[in-house]
Amino acid sequence: MISSLLRSLWLVFRHLFRRNVTVQYPDEQPYLPPRYRGRIVLTRDPDGDERCVACNLCAVACPPDCISLQKTEDEDGRWRPEFFRINFSRCIMCGLCEDACPTYAIQLTPDFEMSEYDRQNMVYEKEDLLINGPGKYHEYSFYRVAGKAIAGKGKGQGLNEKKPVDLHDLNL
Amino acid sequence: MPATTGEAVHLVLNIFGILLAAVVAAALLTWVERRLLGFWQDRPGPNRVGPFGLLQVVADMLKLFFKEDFLPRFADIPVFVLAPVIVMAAMLLGFAVIPFAPHIGVIDLNIGLLFFFAMSAMAVYSVVLGAYASNNKYALLGGLRAAAQTVSYEVFMGLSLMGVVMLAGSFDLRTIVLAQRDGWFILPQFLGFAIFLIAGIAESHRLPFDLPEAEHELTAGFHTEYSGMKFGMFFVGEYLSILLISSLITTLFLGGWLGPWLPPLVWFLLKMSLLVALFILLRGALPRPRYDQLMSFGWKWMLPLALLNLLVTGGLLLWRG
Repeated sequence: MISSLLRSLWLVFRHLFRRNVTVQYPDEQPYLPPRYRGRIVLTRDPDGDERCVACNLCAVACPPDCISLQKTEDEDGRWRPEFFRINFSRCIMCGLCEDACPTYAIQLTPDFEMSEYDRQNMVYEKEDLLINGPGKYHEYSFYRVAGKAIAGKGKGQGLNEKKPVDLHDLNL
Repeated sequence: MPATTGEAVHLVLNIFGILLAAVVAAALLTWVERRLLGFWQDRPGPNRVGPFGLLQVVADMLKLFFKEDFLPRFADIPVFVLAPVIVMAAMLLGFAVIPFAPHIGVIDLNIGLLFFFAMSAMAVYSVVLGAYASNNKYALLGGLRAAAQTVSYEVFMGLSLMGVVMLAGSFDLRTIVLAQRDGWFILPQFLGFAIFLIAGIAESHRLPFDLPEAEHELTAGFHTEYSGMKFGMFFVGEYLSILLISSLITTLFLGGWLGPWLPPLVWFLLKMSLLVALFILLRGALPRPRYDQLMSFGWKWMLPLALLNLLVTGGLLLWRG
């Protein structure tokens, strides 16, 4: 019994010469990997146009229902959100919205320092969420590859897109 | 009575110096303990307030002073208020007999050791009365444990030191230190040292013998109902008792201020701080025994060993003539 007591005393004492595991946070910033799930942003495509097409999939996927948006349509046929609102006081940073997004528009970033004194300030509007870059996916532009026709790009003119099937060619 | 004014000034300086040093050291010990425990758990401990976190003590004191001094409606108020005072007063009085260095020390009683026992026994009243006056079941359980633990550990605490007393031929702590000129008593009295160390830990209610507090089972044991500076006094009292036990072990077994090259006071403080660090290491490493284990360990192992130590030491001394 005594030898085990002395042994545990010795083992604990040896920790005096170990490195601390503590990261002294405000002074020392921890490294966060690029795919860290932090503050949510809305990205833009390489042309600088916003990527979000207001499909509502993120809002559907969101477990705490903290995303709210309204679709509107431009004259050229593009869809975009009229407003896009994330209530970060509810958000659990699960990243399901990013997984659900078909256009890489919504992305999570390695930033978690978003404390506020006023709860209302935790509600981010579209202009708070939009950033000026493409985020993690530099080349992707939804309307360039998608089959959706917009002004200046008809059916079948997208990147790698086949011609639309001509019904008259079908041997029915 | 001091014969000359010079002696009187010396005495007054000694009294106030030791009082102040003891209280300041006990307060600083809260920081030392948290820092050391931190290092032993691979973390820095409190290091934000002041250089190395030294001013943490000040911050804690400010906090305790500004906390509401809550008196429970159901408590026995006079006893409740008195209890924390007893432990601090008893422990500070205990420092009176400690000879820190050849000319530092309040008084040389020829019953110095007995005086220490009296004071450490007084400290039990603080815990028991505080627990009783709180009128709280957890506090009562803690107080019961404290009473039983202290009564049974006090028995062989005294017996374990009789070997030292026999070797030195005196209860006077200064004489005991001087008797260690040819060799510290830790060698001939190692068993006595080990028993006294264990009893000392139990006496100051430190882990692994902190059953009166036992925060997992009894919330905070005997001081459950205490808050603010009254709690602070219990707290400082505990640290004072660590200091007191450490300086007593230094005096009795480690040759007090004796040592080469360095000044006597430095030697004394060095030995004492090592013992304090040992106390903190014990807290960091060892689990708390069950209550019945504590009791049977005391009565079935420590008491017979202390008696054996007494018998063998006495026999050897008689045999050598």
